[in-house]
Parts: sequence; C-alpha cells; structure tokens
Amino acid sequence: MKAHLTRRYMFSASHRLHSDAMSEAENRATYGKCNNPYGHGHNYMIEVTVSGPVDDQTGMVCNLVDLDSFVHAQIIERYDHQNLNLLSEFKKQVPTTENLCIAIYEIMKRGFKAAHLDKVRIEETMMNSFEYAGESSRRSLVVREPVC
Amino acid sequence: MVYLTRKAEFSASHYYHNPAFTPEENARIFGKCNNPNGHGHNYILEVTVKGAVDPKSGFVVDLKQLKDVMSREVLDALDHRFLNKEVPEFFSRIPTTENLAIAIWQRLAPKLNAVQLHRVRVYETPDLFVDFFGEDDGEA
Repeated sequence: MKAHLTRRYMFSASHRLHSDAMSEAENRATYGKCNNPYGHGHNYMIEVTVSGPVDDQTGMVCNLVDLDSFVHAQIIERYDHQNLNLLSEFKKQVPTTENLCIAIYEIMKRGFKAAHLDKVRIEETMMNSFEYAGESSRRSLVVREPVC
Repeated sequence: MVYLTRKAEFSASHYYHNPAFTPEENARIFGKCNNPNGHGHNYILEVTVKGAVDPKSGFVVDLKQLKDVMSREVLDALDHRFLNKEVPEFFSRIPTTENLAIAIWQRLAPKLNAVQLHRVRVYETPDLFVDFFGEDDGEA
C-alpha cells in the first residue's frame, strides 16, 4: 500500500532579490525591502515529501537514514549559511523562494532514487510558503502571501 | 466538497524489528529504533474527512461523532501502549509511522458511515509525518 512520507529540515541563508533585466527603480518597485543591496536572511524550513509502497519487510516507504543523508549532503551542505546569490544556480536567476524550491526539487529528483519524489515545500517565513511538484504537476508551484 | 480535519494526540512506545532479518541486519536497517526495550513518541494524528455541507446543520460531519469514533477506535487502543506488544496489527507488522497511518485508516474507515475518510496524517515528531489516502491511492 502506498504512503506519503514528509520530512522537515532547516537551513539559514541570505539573499538579495535583484534582476539585471530591470532598472534600479524597477527593482526597488518590484522587490521593495528585498532589494536592499546588502542582502538579508531567512531560516528556510524545507519539507520533502516522498511516496511509494510500504515495504513488507521494513514497514518503510524508504529508510530515513538514506533520505536524511542525501538531504544533508546535497541540500543542507550546499545552502546552509550561504549567500544564495553567489551560488551557480542563482547567477542568472533571482534567488526567490520560488526558484529555490525548484532548484531543491531538481536536486532531489536527479539524485534521490530510494522513493518517488512527490514535492518540495519551503517556508521562507511563518507567513510565506511555496510548493513545487515538478513541471507536469497540476499544482506545480503554490505560493502564499507576497514574498521577499 | 468540503474537507474537515480533526487533530488528536496520543503517546506510545514501539521498536522496529523483523524476525526474518539477522540481528546485524536489524541493527543496520533500523538503527536506534531496534532497541527491544522500546522508545516512545508523542504522536499527533490528523484525520481529514470530506463531504458535502448538510444544508440543515451546516456540517460536513458532526464533530462530536468524529471525536467519539477517533477516541473509541484509535486513542483508546493506542494511547499509552507499547504498540508491538499490545496492538494486534503490530504483532506481525512493524509499527513504523507508515504502518501506523495505514492501521489507523483501517480502524476508522469502516466506522465513518456518514462521511468519507480522505486522509490520515500521523506525525511521529514535528519533523516527520506520513500521509495515507487509502488503498486506492495511485498505482503503488
């Protein structure tokens, strides 16, 4: 029988929302305080949901040790206490939490093979959350509240 | 269709062990959870039901009835119990959070006549939860 397992993780990082495609004035108008040139930071809460049949022998969708070690090595190590704007994936993309959510989903999808990836959800603050479940998903990116 | 979720809490102990595995395999696969003396959690249960809003009562379900079913069928059986030793489903199945969500669904589904069960979510800790949507969820 199929079950869906969700695990929460946290990392802290800084970013600045700024697009080279816009003028300084447009950037300020679009991103507001998030355009502060010195950047600012968040405690990002990540939820990773995987699914699959519950294994008869172990009672598990996947071994949590495998999920935790993958997420720590490939995601927490990459993003925790970093300035997101300096990472390769955000050289040409604005490090909004929408784009961060997609980047983390893609890392999971490429590398984690022990269970099916359902979605990645990120809480940027207590008031904002984002979900990405891949291109083909009907719900794809769900955004709550104006974002920073 | 409106979805309604009711939460409840129960505390229980368990350990993970498969008699078909060697002691070394049990230790490797289940780690600290393999301690035969057990360990415990404060589980949070979320039961989501769905249905049309009754035009007379304005309810999807009578919350008192839902609470009573959850208490009788789930909490009375699981709260302050050693799952492996006291709950029949886990005499032969490992009481992982996955199997716990399935067992709770199977206890509740036949008892909720007036409304349809949509999801059982079980939090083992604030950082780990399992959703079960019934036997018909997807291909798996």
